Amino acid sequence: MAEVVLDNVTKNFGADIGVEGISLTVPDGAFVVLLGPTGAGKTTTLRLISGLEKPDQGDITIGGRSVINDSPAARNVAMVFQQYSLYPHLSVRDNLAFPLRSPILNRSDDEIARQVGEVAEVLQISNKLENKATELSGGEMQRVSIGRALVREPEIFLMDEPLSSLDAKLRSDLRVELKRIQASLGATFLYVTHDQIEAMTMATHVGVLDSGRLVQFGTPREIYENPVSIYVASRLGQPRINTLPVSVFGNAPSGAVTIGLRPEHIQQGEGKESTVTRVEHLGDHTRLHVNLENHDVITLADVHTDLRPGDKVAIQPRSPLFFDANGVRIV
Amino acid sequence: MAQIVIKNLRKDFGEFTAVQASSFTIEDGEFFMLLGPSGCGKTTTLRMIAGLELPTSGEIFIDGEEVGQKPASKRDIAFVFQMFALYPHMNVRNNISYPLKSQGMTKARVTERVAEVARILGIEDILNRPVGGLSGGDRQRVALGRAIVREPKAFMMDEPLGALDAEFREHMSEELRALHDRMHATTVYVTHDQLEAMQMGDKIVVMNHGVVEQFGTPQDIYDKPATLFVADFIGSPSMNFLDFTGSIAGGTTEVELGGLKIAVPAQREQCHGDLVLGVRPEHVELADNGEYRGEILATEYLGTTQIVTLKTTNGDLKARIGSEQKATVGESVGLSFKSQTLTLFDRASGRAIRSELNEGVLANG
Repeated sequence: MAEVVLDNVTKNFGADIGVEGISLTVPDGAFVVLLGPTGAGKTTTLRLISGLEKPDQGDITIGGRSVINDSPAARNVAMVFQQYSLYPHLSVRDNLAFPLRSPILNRSDDEIARQVGEVAEVLQISNKLENKATELSGGEMQRVSIGRALVREPEIFLMDEPLSSLDAKLRSDLRVELKRIQASLGATFLYVTHDQIEAMTMATHVGVLDSGRLVQFGTPREIYENPVSIYVASRLGQPRINTLPVSVFGNAPSGAVTIGLRPEHIQQGEGKESTVTRVEHLGDHTRLHVNLENHDVITLADVHTDLRPGDKVAIQPRSPLFFDANGVRIV
Repeated sequence: MAQIVIKNLRKDFGEFTAVQASSFTIEDGEFFMLLGPSGCGKTTTLRMIAGLELPTSGEIFIDGEEVGQKPASKRDIAFVFQMFALYPHMNVRNNISYPLKSQGMTKARVTERVAEVARILGIEDILNRPVGGLSGGDRQRVALGRAIVREPKAFMMDEPLGALDAEFREHMSEELRALHDRMHATTVYVTHDQLEAMQMGDKIVVMNHGVVEQFGTPQDIYDKPATLFVADFIGSPSMNFLDFTGSIAGGTTEVELGGLKIAVPAQREQCHGDLVLGVRPEHVELADNGEYRGEILATEYLGTTQIVTLKTTNGDLKARIGSEQKATVGESVGLSFKSQTLTLFDRASGRAIRSELNEGVLANG
């Protein structure tokens, strides 16, 4: 495993920006998640590290050594894609062993058997080793494709939305599992997704991308609690942060144009009067939609609240965030 | 607009029974969700209400009239599909007005209706644009416009947001619900996404293997699940199930799990043998002391809350606690449950045992 460093890396596709001036350190043993919407540069970043793309500018080092001129094969990175591609005619065991049987590696059969056994153990698919790849469930297939990356013991794992084609329950199981695998191996993961839950729950560090630029890098908690801009603040948190003109509540620092209120940062009982428009009972929590001077605001209510549409509720901010005219945070 | 009553509805496809003996009522103006995993019969049920499939047996009443064996064209229902099919060679206005023109409505009236629908959907400025260049959201709005413009008795929607990405989906679901709150049109909506069902629905029917497992308001179904299937399907993470063997009588207020006594809502019926204690993650509390112990296996940060996975003698268990609370992987902690929220199930039948908590809901379920 190794530290991976991107130093001021730029890659354009004709007139389109792929990534622009990205500097990023993936520490050895870290689980770094790059978060951003479609087109933010997530996949391009992975392809640059794996060697599938060559940067126009900047340097990439793996374990302290520049790999810019290395072929993908020479970089010893492993990629896992959204669409798992297993060899359908082979058993799980042979699918896992396949990368190890490469003549370049020159591994003995015993050694291969040992490594496959270990990886199957970690992924909890030991009892499925003799199954054909086609006899597996979607979650098992994705585990095998992760396993095929694991057996190679690469310097870094590059994962491109590996869970997004799975159903919700399986995704939440595999989130916990991936994190466990990563921690138990001490492996270095760079993982891209547009799913904020994946970013928050698995990452040791989150990098937020906006139109090819890295706009913030930190722990999930730092990004959630101390976003540098409205853009970043809107990436994490469900329901999304409420943004209102500062004039609604007043009492803002100079230069502030927008006040950002996470649903849990709105206190009820005192302040400005708002009208309840909708109450959503989601089971473990209840969302309250209110209208405040023609602005829609979402906050939280007691799970079994009696509030109904049309009711009046006084609300006021509690530890709000402020942003200037460009959406940049004012601290 | 209309009330829809389903009575003992059944559909067989050859040997396979897609829907068996379903009964429920959709009140006038309700936003009604048919929820379940793929293959549970929810789409077949919707198609039978719309008249796209004829039931093998049972009855469907729309506004008191039995329409079970009538063709779709006689039911005055609008169907919105997952893949919004628009006429690609027509502009937005013509796409929306098409159903009215084919009914032979006068030109002046058509113009008036289209203008009104465009205003409701906020698409007045794109009426003269070709549909080819529209964004996904606008295409969805046009498809809705074509359904709304006919003023049908009810709307049927089959996973209309299924093809959209997460962020946009959330936006459109809010928009759809807001639209419903303005129009109060009876809407039947099929989804496999429990959060979408909870978020948008006034009432939910949960289906599994062609059977209605439960029918009620989102909060009732969440708090008082009628079966293990419902308890597991609704909520994320799902309810924790702790297996134990025991005996319950009417009036029981305590069960014994691994030698520890756990308080439960007063039970209203008897049950013996393999039982399950069901506890929602947010009803598990962590404490330094406490007899019932668990070892923290994993924590997942979610902003305001965190999910803690614990290893206990009864299997793994998930707790949802505040993110400001300290939880360290590897530590052993005491656990307690909010007793008045607990549900007991009979493992063999999967049925919830009636108690003080759920008897009101289960009686009419």
